[in-house]
Amino acid sequence: MASVNRHVLPGFSLALGYTVFYLSVLVLIPILALFLKAASLSFDEFVAAVWTQRARAAYLLTFGAAFAAAFINLFLGLLLAWVLSRYSFFGKKFIDSLIDLPLALPTAVAGLVFASLYVQKGWLGQYLVPLGIYGAYSRFAIVLVLVFVGLPFVVRTVQPVLEDLDPECEEAAASLGATRWQTFLDVILPSITPALITGFALAFARGIGEYGSVVFVSGNMPYKTEIAPILIVARLEEFAYGEATAIAVVLLVISFAMLVVINLLERWTMRHER
Amino acid sequence: MSISIKNVSKRFGDYVALDNVSLEVPDGALLGLLGPSGSGKTTLLRIIAGLELADSGSVLHEGEDISDYSARDRKVGFVFQHYALFRHMTVAENIGYALKVRKAPKAQIRERVDELLKLIRLEGLQARYPGQLSGGQRQRVALARALAAKPRLLLLDEPFGALDAKVRQELRQWLRRLHEEIHVTSIFVTHDQEEAFEVADRVAVMNQARIEQIGTPAEVYDHPATPFVYQFLGNVNLFHGRIHKGRLRLGEAEVRVAEHAAVHDSPAVAYVRPHEIKVRALPDGVPTIAAIVRHVNAAGPVVHVELERKDDGGRFAVELSKEESRELALEPSTQVFVELKNVRVFAEDYSI
Amino acid sequence: MSVDVVAERPRTVPQAVARRAQEDPLWLRVTLIVAALAVIGILVIVPVANVFVEALREGLGTYFANLFGDPDTRHAVLLTLTVVPIALVANTVFGIAAAWTIARFRFPGRTLLTALIDLPFSVSPVVAGLMFVLIFGLQGYLGPFLRRDGYAVMPYLIALVAVVVAVVSFLLLRPVGRKARQGLWGRTWIVLPLLAVTVFAVVLLPQLYLEVWPRNESLKIIFATPGLVLATAFVTFPFVARELIPTMEALGADEELAAVSLGASGWQMFRDVTIPNIKWGLAYGIILCNARAMGEFGAVYVVSGHIAGQTDTMPLRIEKLFQEYNLPGAFAVASVLTLLALVTLVAKIQLERRVPSTAKLFREETHERPQ
Repeated sequence: MASVNRHVLPGFSLALGYTVFYLSVLVLIPILALFLKAASLSFDEFVAAVWTQRARAAYLLTFGAAFAAAFINLFLGLLLAWVLSRYSFFGKKFIDSLIDLPLALPTAVAGLVFASLYVQKGWLGQYLVPLGIYGAYSRFAIVLVLVFVGLPFVVRTVQPVLEDLDPECEEAAASLGATRWQTFLDVILPSITPALITGFALAFARGIGEYGSVVFVSGNMPYKTEIAPILIVARLEEFAYGEATAIAVVLLVISFAMLVVINLLERWTMRHER
Repeated sequence: MSISIKNVSKRFGDYVALDNVSLEVPDGALLGLLGPSGSGKTTLLRIIAGLELADSGSVLHEGEDISDYSARDRKVGFVFQHYALFRHMTVAENIGYALKVRKAPKAQIRERVDELLKLIRLEGLQARYPGQLSGGQRQRVALARALAAKPRLLLLDEPFGALDAKVRQELRQWLRRLHEEIHVTSIFVTHDQEEAFEVADRVAVMNQARIEQIGTPAEVYDHPATPFVYQFLGNVNLFHGRIHKGRLRLGEAEVRVAEHAAVHDSPAVAYVRPHEIKVRALPDGVPTIAAIVRHVNAAGPVVHVELERKDDGGRFAVELSKEESRELALEPSTQVFVELKNVRVFAEDYSI
Repeated sequence: MSVDVVAERPRTVPQAVARRAQEDPLWLRVTLIVAALAVIGILVIVPVANVFVEALREGLGTYFANLFGDPDTRHAVLLTLTVVPIALVANTVFGIAAAWTIARFRFPGRTLLTALIDLPFSVSPVVAGLMFVLIFGLQGYLGPFLRRDGYAVMPYLIALVAVVVAVVSFLLLRPVGRKARQGLWGRTWIVLPLLAVTVFAVVLLPQLYLEVWPRNESLKIIFATPGLVLATAFVTFPFVARELIPTMEALGADEELAAVSLGASGWQMFRDVTIPNIKWGLAYGIILCNARAMGEFGAVYVVSGHIAGQTDTMPLRIEKLFQEYNLPGAFAVASVLTLLALVTLVAKIQLERRVPSTAKLFREETHERPQ
């Protein structure tokens, strides 16, 4: 309704100019520098850098762990969103606000504490390690800490959708003779699927880039527990800038692709509205 | 301050909001811009205020072209549909804002604010925040704020649209009186014809980005210039027939229509208001249309009767006084004869 | 409001069915609630408790000794408190400018600009750090120059900043109104370039002439504070803008248009209407931005060079202490950052209560249209 003409409100050229300037200096030029550096490598050099056995193991672990963590978060997130939007119980507000903690807590702190919780002498490790579950310095540890880091995403995308769901649809299903489980499968699940997928994609994207927490818990052993960002840092420390850049470009392109997918998914989510 | 709008057009993308609109508003007038939503009336108002820029055409104040002036240079008071009161400022700060930004002395601001608070009858509420006021009170504060800097022109966008019926009624009369008191040239936008007729001394009816008719409320109501105006201002019955040399044939009946004397045998539509139809028990020798009573609704001050034409089965509505209705003893399936007392014909090749 | 909705719901569905449709059986409710509590307990509450217990394991005395006794830790705290505010201010100014542009105007490229603002979120922090190393590092594009005679850019940089300040001041402070903008004030496109050139020359020439800056010395950006600021600003780039754009869109432009039509200048409108209206949204964005900036690890890790007592921020210090097997020390620093996270959460909840109450509710109220 409030259509705004650029000449009516003041400050358009000033604000746009500053926005574009700051965006260029801080974001666009650095990204350009990255691609420029990668372009200075020959094709063979590039392939040699990004397709070593060690790099392949790192990609596989990065995407595998991020995927596994996002997948686990799909269920944990749905559970939490369901409980928080449907039931009332003592301490619900408190739990609700704790969901966002992984976003507010520095990842280094998360890494530190997860590393110490699951070692043999740790609070949880003392019970788990005798069972053969190694929650620190293993691939499982990476998944675990990524589950923590990605926890808020699915909850926060699904929760509002569940809250806005028209109760009449469920009532109608019930009055037509559906059981509660059938109602969930046929009525509720289809309407929250887009939000679930968006939340999954966000958690997955976050998991791919995560570094701070993983570096503490993984042990960083090449071929075994080394994720791609750690490999980039390792190459940098060897002053192999070209190789580091090449791997970074691969990671960046995949992240951008994820961004596009998330945007498409969001559009798909909105397709029923109007 | 007289205003003239010359050939103003405005598009939003593919959507045409105003299509070559011209309008003259004499000094001291209170003009109502009346039209359905999407007819472009709010856009026109915002262009006059400088809150929107026209694609082409010009706006003149007393002959001076102000099309390139920014909103702040136009000396126009604008009352927004949802008031747009500054939510974190008190009533007094809201009203005094136009003076404050012009760096008026504090004492002068206070004096003007008190004067306006008296005018809008909200003395004692100057320390309240907009959130603590009722809709009607907010409306009046918005009006006072717009008047504070003594604008040359007052513009109101759907001034009563967001209020409930009773408050709306009160504020209409109040606005009318206020205009008589301060006499600033004013234009307001409304989609409610009753409101336009009650408040305005001139009405411009808009439809689909154009002005269809301008005139006093009585002129516009009694002599609608276009089929749209006829239909927009109150209920109307449509009778389809053929017109030939000033005579309109409607089934069996024939009506004289002097204004279309030159038209040769073409389809035409007659517009007749429900209260301009006389119902008779017998033809009585005047041109009538035979019809059957289908439904009678006697609740309320007038009796609403739905009739069905005997010749082509078309249905139409009639309004009768209680007395007439009692004399005729109307009941469903009674046969009656109707005489059309005031017919307006728009030949079909004239209108779309 | 909500009571009305319930009361108006058509009673086509029998009440008993309706209640059963919304409600899960008790055993299921209990199971799911217990499961949810377990998830939050293991994933969130236990770790947070563990941080404080580990930090205080050897008593309060040791805890404070760990925090304030170690000069490198002290320096890390100070460095974080230097780097974060700079990045925060820069991103806040940007956020306001970006939100004003995107929420208040329609222009070609608007969608692209909105998408670009979110870009840093999809860049892995390590990659972000690498970008700055590639530009400013020793082997980077500007590296050799910065190393040889880095301070030579300073006069130009300062002159450039002066030009930006002068241009912004001119645009903000020029008189309002048609009459006042006669003469020089009205000829913006002549005056502005002249002003820019003059200011540039006036600021630049004395610096060159007096040789204020050292010659032939290297200017460190990477492995130094400027690099940390750049990396932190990059990673937290979108926060304020992302929060402000929807806030401004929800508020609508009417109040600002009202201010302009009442005669306010751009600056008056901004100060009297825009800032008071967006202040809670702004605070919300700044708080989230702050939490992320304080805790940033990956990007900062790459550009810092881990020089203890020089380029270690608090999160980097945690890692170093951890590597040195000084766990009580690491947990002491971690406890401060955890406390900050908890304070952030509380502040966030408080602000969430305010943001809709000032913006949304007010509008809904005024938008009611009884028919």
